[in-house]
Amino acid sequence: MIRLAPAATLVLMLAPVAAGLAGTLLPAFGLVPALGGETLSLEAFRRLAAQPGLGTSVLLSMGTGLAATLGAFMLTILFTAAFEGTYIFRALRALLSPLMSVPHAAAAFGLAFLIMPSGFAMRLLSPWASGATRPPDVLIVGDPAGIAMTFGLMAKEIPFLFLMVLAALPQADPARARRVAASFGYAPVAGWLKTVLPRVYPQIRLPVFAVIAYATSVVDVALILGPTTPPPLAVRLTGWMNDADLSLRFMASAGALLQLGVSLAAIALWIVGERVLAWLGLRWIASGGRRAADRSLAALSGVLMSVLTGALLLGLLVLALWSLAGPWRFPDALPASFTLATWQHHLAAAGATIGTTLVIGLPVVAIAVTLALACLENETRRSRVLRHRSLPLVYLPLIVPQIAFLFGLQILFLMAGLHDTLVAVALAHMVFVIPYVLLALSDPWRAIDPRYGHVASALGASPGRTFWRVRLPLARRAVATAAALGFAVSVAQYLPTLLIGGGRTATVTTEAVALASGGNRRLVGLYALLQMALPFAAFALAAVIPAVTFRHRREQEPGA
Amino acid sequence: MFHSRHCSRPIAGAALAASLLLAAPFTGAQAADAPDPADWPAVLDAAQGQTVYFHAWGGEPRINSYIAWAGERLKELHGVSVEQVKVDDTANVVARVVAEKAAGQDTGGAVDLVWINGENFVSLKKAGLLMTPGWATKLPNWDLVDTTDKPAVLTDFTEPTDGLESPWGMAKLVFMHDTATLTHAPTTLAALAEYLKAHPGRFTYPQPPNFHGSTFLKQVLATTIADKTKLTKPVDPASFESDVAPLFAWLDALHPTMWRQGRAFPQNQPAMRQLLADGEIDIAFTFNPAGASAAIAAGELPDTVRTFVLDGGTIGNAHFLAIPYNANAKAGALVLANFLLSAEAQARKQDPTIWGDPTVLAIDALSDADKARFAALDLGIATLAPQQLGPVIDEPHASWMTALERAWTARYASQ
Repeated sequence: MIRLAPAATLVLMLAPVAAGLAGTLLPAFGLVPALGGETLSLEAFRRLAAQPGLGTSVLLSMGTGLAATLGAFMLTILFTAAFEGTYIFRALRALLSPLMSVPHAAAAFGLAFLIMPSGFAMRLLSPWASGATRPPDVLIVGDPAGIAMTFGLMAKEIPFLFLMVLAALPQADPARARRVAASFGYAPVAGWLKTVLPRVYPQIRLPVFAVIAYATSVVDVALILGPTTPPPLAVRLTGWMNDADLSLRFMASAGALLQLGVSLAAIALWIVGERVLAWLGLRWIASGGRRAADRSLAALSGVLMSVLTGALLLGLLVLALWSLAGPWRFPDALPASFTLATWQHHLAAAGATIGTTLVIGLPVVAIAVTLALACLENETRRSRVLRHRSLPLVYLPLIVPQIAFLFGLQILFLMAGLHDTLVAVALAHMVFVIPYVLLALSDPWRAIDPRYGHVASALGASPGRTFWRVRLPLARRAVATAAALGFAVSVAQYLPTLLIGGGRTATVTTEAVALASGGNRRLVGLYALLQMALPFAAFALAAVIPAVTFRHRREQEPGA
Repeated sequence: MFHSRHCSRPIAGAALAASLLLAAPFTGAQAADAPDPADWPAVLDAAQGQTVYFHAWGGEPRINSYIAWAGERLKELHGVSVEQVKVDDTANVVARVVAEKAAGQDTGGAVDLVWINGENFVSLKKAGLLMTPGWATKLPNWDLVDTTDKPAVLTDFTEPTDGLESPWGMAKLVFMHDTATLTHAPTTLAALAEYLKAHPGRFTYPQPPNFHGSTFLKQVLATTIADKTKLTKPVDPASFESDVAPLFAWLDALHPTMWRQGRAFPQNQPAMRQLLADGEIDIAFTFNPAGASAAIAAGELPDTVRTFVLDGGTIGNAHFLAIPYNANAKAGALVLANFLLSAEAQARKQDPTIWGDPTVLAIDALSDADKARFAALDLGIATLAPQQLGPVIDEPHASWMTALERAWTARYASQ
């Protein structure tokens, strides 16, 4: 049974992507299966190329995506290099769960409410410092170059990359590496960059690719913070895909392929950058320089990290304020009065959507964690590490932009008669949940000292017993965290829920986005908090449950 | 209030849709389960116990609450359940029906009733994706509808409705200004441009193809085009450039004086209203004459906001309810559409503390008790009296909107 787990996992994850891609590929070339095949045509690509401002949209997607990834990556690495093992590092680590549980849309709204000319920051400064009694006419949110969007993406991707770095660090043995480097006279940042980074980077490389793919094809953050004249490619093609006019679907499919190309090209550019940096880095290591502008880099990364994390948290506070606000006019720093009216009016309706979110998310997470554990246990028993061969496949759903295959998938579910059912929505969520669960679980699992298993076998334990009584308890924290992450991913799914559920499956996220189109800040605040509360509860449980259920095993925890 | 989206190239799209549909394997022309509204008791019987999935824009909590109320009433009256599917873009619903047709799902569709008008209606009608034959004019409450003074209930963006959609409410473009910052509102486009020269940044409009943004373009077009009769006919590609030249000349001059120098635009009408509430702009507009009063009642606009219309009239239209050809609960959808036409439902809808959407009914034709429902309404401090609303400029032919949106995007949104 367990030998089938990797195959089953791959099928469950990749079959929908492949089928959906086919459903996108065929219309792009003028072929519609329902018609029994037509002639191959490039008309869709011609129409796409004729769209005004297409080049700008492509550049925007590529530029904002790469800039946000690069910014988030460098900041995470420099911050880790400068502060690992310090109080600040532990503080950020403690903030990680709440930050991870903030959905992208909520984070973007929070930032927008904070930095726009009529936003919270300006209200705090007005009129006493700025002299403004009305918001200044300054273009901040939605600037044509996508700067606000880049910073928004950066702030939101840092926690994810930080989590990945934390997962990778134990294998890189940073404490000893640092000690040795220090004994040779290396300053902390230089020592870390030269001795730890080369061992950490290969492990976080695929997550970085996933971030690039996400950031170059993001829709919700772009809608809230991004430019509109023209918008990035993904926003435009979502519009074409959703258009009532069928003929636009062909062009949209062609656009989805272009989007795939843009995301892959961005990854390719990154790889080129990797090579260049690796070459430069080798020379730098060989040069034997003991410093890396340590103080200024440490100061810079500390300040930037605090600003971005602070902005994210402050944005959430502003969302909470709005959900409780009575009249709140510019330039008042705080609402004129507070009221529970928004919560009272909408909490009952929200209750139903929370129920649906749980009904989908919990089984999906249970199955995803089971499959992931089965895959990893299979790997352990066969003493074989599959990562280098099949791991990129696992990441495929994260690297192919959602919009490139979801519309094809929708038609497929319709034909199978599975549409509008919770099962179909759950299957679509599974595609995205499994990779994240595997991602969060694999490294900690592989880090378990194999000698525990060997000892158990030597004492006569069956493989099953070894798994249940030895390895699983050892990995309990990682399992809990992976489950929480998977649940957060399920909660955050917007397009899959909307398209596969036919609009009938209302989760907190679909509800939040629908209401956000009305621009009501009080409701946006309320739903953003709800959207965040569920994953946050999951992360909190993940922190508490392993400690409580395995109290008596505390002493066995490896390397904690 | 009504949020809709365009579809580019409706003609090409419809032709394509038609070719798709013709070639797709047919499973019988009209589903045999289509109920006949002429036999109303049979419709009520069939509707008993059904659940109607009502796809309606969900961005306005007041409207959502109103729909929830209608659902409760329908449950009490006829045992029909209503589930609002809150969509963020009506075009998605059209796409959904199209996808079902493509997948050969000719019965048991996801959409039972859809809130719709304009391009989306034209798309579905041309593609033959609506329940036929025309049913709206056979509803028991149809006799209450004002077809003489509100001809828009029979033609949707110059497209005859043919009874394929039932009118739900009326819309007319009105402008809003905050009297605390602007006492005398400019009532012509020329005066608006003058005002912006003196007060840069104090006006903007939602970015086309947003429905409200496109409506503003049509308003300017109707004022600036030399030969107004052209608007009742499809766009003539040969003369389009010269027809819209005055419109774009006016916008070219206006944009540098607009909010963010015309380099960014609000996404939709509520976002523009929020800018007015924040004091970023002085003038905004809405398609709901009572929209300002409703927003004041909800604390979303200060109570110093008032509405006005432009000299020479503003664009007006109606919005509708339609049933897709493959709807699962057709009888229930008919019962809901009929209830939403009742004096009870229409009077509640017009109350600005509930929603404030103008009725499609002829008040004179109502019973005294029902007349009293409307007479009792306080239309709100910022709502103009019907005689102050000025003349209605009819919606141009649907092809104008598409062509305008494309020209606008090429000119201002693809640098």
